[in-house]
Amino acid sequence: MAGSFISRGFRGRRREDPAVAGRVPPGQYVTPDFPVLSAGPTPHTSPREWDFTLNGAVDPVRRWTWEEFRALPRDTVTVDIHCVTKWSKLDTVWEGVSLDTLFAGIEPRGAFVTAFCDGGYTTNLPLRDVLDGQAWIAFAYGEEPLAAEHGGPARLLVPHLYFWKSAKWVRGLTVTERDRPGFWESLGYHDYGDPWREQRYQGD
Amino acid sequence: MAEHERDTRLDGNAAAGLLSTVFRCEPSEVMLICAGCGADGPMGALLAYGMEMGAVLRCPVCDTAVLRAGSAGAMLWLDVRGAVSMRVTIEH
Amino acid sequence: MAGTAVPGRLAWQLASVAAKRQETPRVISLRLESDAWAGHLPGQHVDVRLTAEDGYQAQRSYSISSAPEPGVLELTVEDIPDGEVSPYLTEVLQPADRLELRGPIGGYFTWTAADGGPLLLVAGGSGVAPLMSMLRERAAAGSDVPTTLLYSSRSWDEIIYREELERLAADPTLRIVHTLTRSHPADWAGYTRRIDAAMLAEVAGALLPGSLAYVCGPTRLVEQVATDLVTRGYPPAAIKTERFGPTGG
Ligand SMILES: Cc1cc2nc3c(=O)[nH]c(=O)nc-3n(C[C@H](O)[C@H](O)[C@H](O)COP(=O)(O)OP(=O)(O)OC[C@H]3O[C@@H](n4cnc5c(N)ncnc54)[C@H](O)[C@@H]3O)c2cc1C
Ligand SMILES: [Zn+2]
Repeated sequence: MAGSFISRGFRGRRREDPAVAGRVPPGQYVTPDFPVLSAGPTPHTSPREWDFTLNGAVDPVRRWTWEEFRALPRDTVTVDIHCVTKWSKLDTVWEGVSLDTLFAGIEPRGAFVTAFCDGGYTTNLPLRDVLDGQAWIAFAYGEEPLAAEHGGPARLLVPHLYFWKSAKWVRGLTVTERDRPGFWESLGYHDYGDPWREQRYQGD
Repeated sequence: MAEHERDTRLDGNAAAGLLSTVFRCEPSEVMLICAGCGADGPMGALLAYGMEMGAVLRCPVCDTAVLRAGSAGAMLWLDVRGAVSMRVTIEH
Repeated sequence: MAGTAVPGRLAWQLASVAAKRQETPRVISLRLESDAWAGHLPGQHVDVRLTAEDGYQAQRSYSISSAPEPGVLELTVEDIPDGEVSPYLTEVLQPADRLELRGPIGGYFTWTAADGGPLLLVAGGSGVAPLMSMLRERAAAGSDVPTTLLYSSRSWDEIIYREELERLAADPTLRIVHTLTRSHPADWAGYTRRIDAAMLAEVAGALLPGSLAYVCGPTRLVEQVATDLVTRGYPPAAIKTERFGPTGG
């Protein structure tokens, strides 16, 4: 019974839009909204308390205050984002500091990173996926300072992976030799999370 | 700013359907002791976050994630490291 | 456990839509029938699951608004603009269609006449649904537990169950107080603002031993009211909350 039942006339939110065919990974639908998904209460860290740290298997450990961080060269990027809960949002405009800038002059001794955040959230990624112009620490969205509910003052932005990897309220990256499952990865979500290969869950 | 924030949290009760896969008794009545602060109470009195991906049930006193569940396709993953213990009434 | 499959306590089941009733311009009630339904406790909810032809699924929770009854349950659903599930339930689903659900769920936000009171019920918008199940149960059980419902709606036309509430209020031990937050009839003498601490102080009166409070509706309203009740001296364990999320009136 359950399992084969179909709800008459139910299509879900998805609309097939030929204009964006090829831009949306399998199983995703395009939304004009920016849904909020949080694993905990929204922290409110003031710029005075905020800093960003690169630590773990790196030499040297680096730390930037908000002022130092905001003085770094910045990029404006327009990217599509894909949430594992099946919405995609196209042409989102962000401003942030490239992780290439942050890793300049640093010798990593591991192939993985764990992003850590205010509120205790973590997520794991291969180091190579956050370098070479693929990842930013974003502090503005749509030409406005990043709202706290979307991860402000700053969030990780790794648009080529499912959006839970783009950790909100990020405060640093720990370089590790082995891949260590983060918050959702230790609850069955995929360690890599490529939306184009539909790597939603462990084993996909 | 906080005025415009969207309120995504729910009561632990909202996760009871998901967790009924695991518990034979009513999940919202399972008693848990928080590993963060020692607070003792029913699962229904915890706060539920992240229901789109599973359920993150947090202590209303100290925000510790007492019970975390991931709905990963055909599998439900559970992490209860945030609880010192869980207790249920034995049915006779 | 030992190798034998224990039948799921809460399996998904199919209920059929027996009737659909327009409560307000944006709210409907669905009367659902299922032989497998054993009844519920007032305050409990069900999870509703919709499945598209290609297997895509969406799931939401809805409180049971009817009094407990084997084989039958009612849900009351507010149409949320741009929502995924509520517009399906309010607009697409019709009598004789079937709906997949699991429940009844929740043993925390429940009240039966045996739990006593005095009872303070506070609702915002469709948050009145599980409280209505309690009021219907209270009436069916002939309970005289002193009860107050403080109910916030946007306007007179958006008061869900308005006429039934008027009938129930003939009971001298039940008091119903409305507040209309967006617009109100010209001759409206009642409250016209969001529920706040001063309103709770006026409506709830003195805190008596045994007092129980049930608060349900949009998350923001629920948290505001729960905080105000603690300030008024309600023991936190005597305040039960059911947050519906960011939506609703
Ligand atoms: C225990 C429980 C009981 C409930 N009982 C009832 C009931 O009796 N009656 C009732 O009508 N409802 C009830 N609800 C609410 C119900 O479950 C749905 O949330 C509601 O119907 C909206 O679902 P939807 O799919 O229509 O809207 P959705 O598709 O979920 O979206 C609704 C709107 O809100 C916005 N939105 C959605 N999610 C977010 C978010 N995370 N942040 C910001 N904006 C967001 C969307 O953009 C959209 O505009 C209950 C909820 C819970 C947890
Ligand atoms: Zn705690």
